[in-house]
Amino acid sequence: MIAFLLKGLLRDKSRSLFPLLIVFMGVLLTVVLHAWLNGSITSLVLATAHFTTGHVRVMTKSYAKESDQIPNDLALLGIDSLMEGLKRDYRDLLWTPRIRFGGLLDLPDEKGETRAQTPVSGMGVDLFSVESPELSILNIRDAVVRGRVPRNRGEMLMGEEGARKLNIQPGDTATLIGSTMNGSMSVTNFVIVGTLRFGVVAMDRGTVIADISDIRQALDMQDGAGEILGFFRDDVYNDGRASAVASDFNSRHALIASGAKGQDTAFSPVMGTLRLQSGLADYLDYIDLYSGVIIGVFVLAMSVVLWNAGLTGSLRRYGEIGIRLAVGEDRRHIYISLLVESLMIGFIGSMLGTMAGLAIAWYGELKGFDFGAVMKSSTLMFPNLVRARITPFTFVIGFLPGLLATFLGTAISGVGIYRRQTSELFKELES
Amino acid sequence: MTRHYPVLLLLAAFPCVAQGPSGDEILAKVDRNMFSEKKIVLSRMIVHGRRETRTVESKSWQRGTSESFTEFLAPAREKGTKMLKLSDMLWEFSPSTDRTIMISGHMLRQSVMGSDLSYEDMMEDPHLPNQYSAAVSSEEALGGRDCWVLDLKAKKQDIAYGHRQVWVDKERFVVLKENLYATSGRLLKTAEVRDVMHVQNRWLARTLLYRDVLKDGEGTEFHVDSVAFDAEIPDYLFSKAALRR
Repeated sequence: MIAFLLKGLLRDKSRSLFPLLIVFMGVLLTVVLHAWLNGSITSLVLATAHFTTGHVRVMTKSYAKESDQIPNDLALLGIDSLMEGLKRDYRDLLWTPRIRFGGLLDLPDEKGETRAQTPVSGMGVDLFSVESPELSILNIRDAVVRGRVPRNRGEMLMGEEGARKLNIQPGDTATLIGSTMNGSMSVTNFVIVGTLRFGVVAMDRGTVIADISDIRQALDMQDGAGEILGFFRDDVYNDGRASAVASDFNSRHALIASGAKGQDTAFSPVMGTLRLQSGLADYLDYIDLYSGVIIGVFVLAMSVVLWNAGLTGSLRRYGEIGIRLAVGEDRRHIYISLLVESLMIGFIGSMLGTMAGLAIAWYGELKGFDFGAVMKSSTLMFPNLVRARITPFTFVIGFLPGLLATFLGTAISGVGIYRRQTSELFKELES
Repeated sequence: MTRHYPVLLLLAAFPCVAQGPSGDEILAKVDRNMFSEKKIVLSRMIVHGRRETRTVESKSWQRGTSESFTEFLAPAREKGTKMLKLSDMLWEFSPSTDRTIMISGHMLRQSVMGSDLSYEDMMEDPHLPNQYSAAVSSEEALGGRDCWVLDLKAKKQDIAYGHRQVWVDKERFVVLKENLYATSGRLLKTAEVRDVMHVQNRWLARTLLYRDVLKDGEGTEFHVDSVAFDAEIPDYLFSKAALRR
């Protein structure tokens, strides 16, 4: 029966081509859309983790409450022992301390007078330790556009866009004007040894990066750090694992804090996960919800179009079905044959659509799409180059709806077969 | 009866005599008590931060109201940092970088040495009659001293504190308490004098607690260790070159 129906579909293109094209296009778009959304979310999560929150982040309780304002007066102190404990207790994560800060970068002229000033947001990261993961996490070596990575104390990297605006060349000296941990004005000279382009507008505009030891010195934060970031060794965020680590760490430190009477618990360390920091949980939930809604609406629209196509087909095949009924073919048999035809169209269309969609998504994963032009004033940790991402789910996201939509469309439109009256058939056929 | 007419007329013609001095008169007397053409002040600033308390020592040379030179003496990290105010310009010299930075724009809102005092506060014209018109709103006793409570309204728009409430000692003409408000009416800072001193026939605040109410913390204490009015101050001190000396 299947071979017979397939022959019919192949020979009568008007019966198969239009539904096939609709399924093909619908599935293709669903697959591509899913891969792009997936890629965008992954890029956002990755950039947020690498530049801001880590997979987990340790801060003092007070700092965590105001972390958006970077309150370095509430930073963690006694970093060495805290790092030792983290490395010992949670070996499946890489730990690295960071100091985020804001300030002004002042460029002197030949007389030492201010030539130009620009606001900067900076990071003190461990650039010099052999075991430090920062160079690879921040992808610093590849991000350097001009100059080199700092090798000595007193050296600094600056965002390429900011450096170009101020006409800063590698080798120039700049003065960082910031605020120490105690709130005093801090004035420190740095040599800009290189410029960076991370491909994240918010970072490239006004970021400076120096070794954490220099920033500690500049901001009077000896053995201190604003935060300690933890990254899973495979660099894949797993909310379950991250939550388990955070919960274990927090319960241990709550016990220590409760045992140490008289100590100010406002400065006890607390750990938060990437998902629960910076409002990312709500954001990701929204993205999940809206991507589900978009794909749902898309599948629904495809079903309606296919239902309509089925109806049109039924009308067009009105005579054929009438003859089949007149020669005694069972209504149920006709209905089933139409459903099998629709499943075949759905299967072939979904297969072709999935393959074509995957090919486009794969190209998008390799090359990406540059949103730099439309994100010039963005403050989001969102990379300019967004790549699609193919996951096992991308293989089925379009296939099942493509198959179901044709089936449902035909199932609903085919009900009309049961409404045909045999007694009226000849009259209908004569006319 | 007719003998009393001149007295009654006099009272009717000058009602203010019976009500005491006006707000502006009181403010002018406060101003005369506080200022001299030249002044050298040695002081300590005890900053109560959210985490720790630190003491910053400094020496200031002031000429008139628009020129001042300050050198920080302690703690070690701040030692040698100098600030120069000339009219509406402010520079800070950092000895570790050998750079002189002009403090302007939003940097003026930054705190001085982590205290509750901002650079903008330092830039204010300390002659209150130049900036505010005063009215006596009430009389109160404060720490056993009878005070006038003055309401000060800014004469200009571009001023950090649009409204001030000032408690002035009736006898010594020294300000004992002050509330500083934004133009919107929001309380921004408070100052409470805890101790006064008598120097060269003037009454001055020796210890005061200055508090930025928008910040957490217990405020900043200022202690004046010594003050010398009409002292000799060399002219070169009020130049940018002096910052590097």
